[in-house]
Amino acid sequence: MATAVERFDKKARRAFDRFGRTEVYVGELLRHPVYTRFLHWMVALFFFLALFSGFGIYLPWLFRWFTPIFGGGALARAMHPWFGVGFVIFFGLQMLNWLRPMAWTKADTDWMRNIMGVVSGERKLEPPDTGFFNAGQKLQFWEIVAGCAVYLVTGIILWAGARTFGRWPVAISYVLHDISALIMLGGIFIHIYLSTIGEPGTFQAMTRGSVSESWAWTFHPAWFKEATGRDPRQAYETAREAQEK
Amino acid sequence: MSDRKTLQIKQISGHSGASPGFEVQRDYEVCKLVDTTTCIGCKACEVACVEWNDLPFSPTTFDNTYQTMPDTRWSFWNLIKFNEHQREDGTIQWLMRKDQCMHCADPGCLRACPADGAIVQYTNGIVDFQQENCIGCEFCVSGCPYNIPKFNPATKKVYKCTLCSDRVGQGLEPACIKACPTGCLKFGSKDDMKFIAEERSKQLRENFGFEKAGVYDPQSIGGTHVIYVLHDATDPERYGGLPKDPQIPFAYTVWKWLAKPVLGTFALFGLLGVCLHYVTVGPRRPQPEPRKKESAHGDRS
Repeated sequence: MATAVERFDKKARRAFDRFGRTEVYVGELLRHPVYTRFLHWMVALFFFLALFSGFGIYLPWLFRWFTPIFGGGALARAMHPWFGVGFVIFFGLQMLNWLRPMAWTKADTDWMRNIMGVVSGERKLEPPDTGFFNAGQKLQFWEIVAGCAVYLVTGIILWAGARTFGRWPVAISYVLHDISALIMLGGIFIHIYLSTIGEPGTFQAMTRGSVSESWAWTFHPAWFKEATGRDPRQAYETAREAQEK
Repeated sequence: MSDRKTLQIKQISGHSGASPGFEVQRDYEVCKLVDTTTCIGCKACEVACVEWNDLPFSPTTFDNTYQTMPDTRWSFWNLIKFNEHQREDGTIQWLMRKDQCMHCADPGCLRACPADGAIVQYTNGIVDFQQENCIGCEFCVSGCPYNIPKFNPATKKVYKCTLCSDRVGQGLEPACIKACPTGCLKFGSKDDMKFIAEERSKQLRENFGFEKAGVYDPQSIGGTHVIYVLHDATDPERYGGLPKDPQIPFAYTVWKWLAKPVLGTFALFGLLGVCLHYVTVGPRRPQPEPRKKESAHGDRS
């Protein structure tokens, strides 16, 4: 199973590399291939289309000005489920693409335990065992996987409506669909913040596909070590000791 | 669908701000009284409804009963439900109930509706759909305890009985009332209809041996503007699934009117949170990588 998925992902990455290019300049590392970037931006596109078309329906007394963007309430309602389908399909492919690097490890549990160091800004460097993705990214990833499952099940029920599924399944789905959307809405602020102004140098990973080496060893030391064979953390510690002498 | 000049609006679905016209004028709460004990199942009300509202022909379904079709349709808002109830002594009681929108005082459809102005409730108690504002989400179908709103797949809008708001606005009775030959349908103020219904129930209890006769005006949804006199008010279910204790799902009461706005605002605090984080804590930048022990020492000195 896993191997079939990996073969599919490898094939897809090779196919997309033929259409798009990733230039890795001196002092940079390849972070995301074309295929991953394509999926990310398709997910983002459908996420925001679904978010804006859905929010006018979610809180009309506050967000009714979203629906004219889609040509009015009726069209927003008609298109919202299709936006959702696009979101789930592209995120499903991204999930298969990222199954391996997103696996939860012991290091992630420790990372989560010390999350306040990141929030308070005291921890300038990530712990040396932080790999390709850190625990925060993994948590968000698995939250979206769970959220997609909720969206899919409750969304189909809401789409077909009470005349197919009955009153109560629709009423329950209505609440669950909302909760899932609220969690993702909270998550998207953190995601956008950290990938742009919160941690400068991150955004280019999803645009050009490469990151600077200093970014890599600061935020993902274990991945940097794996990719380059060097351990600047060790060098840094040694340097600091030398300085203190 | 109605004349807004004469009907004062009480509630509007998905609407921000006050309802224009609310409590500007005094208005009677209207009510339709259906006395199931004197209904003869002639279906004149069904025909009158289709005719007045100019609804297209709906094919009938023959299922070995007198019932025109299993349920109301988007183009058939008034249906007499025929039910055979077996009494304890083995004899059969033939029940006929005119099924249509109940025009609840607390309408589940209006609570569920997310489209501004698609469902309005007038001060006189009529709940009316405004199809030009309907977005076709069908949440009203799950909000309704009586399975009344019906979706038209061609127009992607939902339709139901208007209690002939266009006629009532002009001081006329609904079309079904006008057509009824036995006087089993009555129309007037809620107080008057409630009074007549109670009197009739008393008569049924005392003079006709229907000891459980009573009025159906469920208080779980604040009462309805269509009330029934039933031979047995303790078991309305036997009249073609009339719920004894109709409920609006919590999704449209607690969740939609309380938790939703609160949590929706709370989610936006996420935006505030990251902005505050940026100005108080600030960004985390990549750290310079010390290449060699000696040079690192040299750099820092």
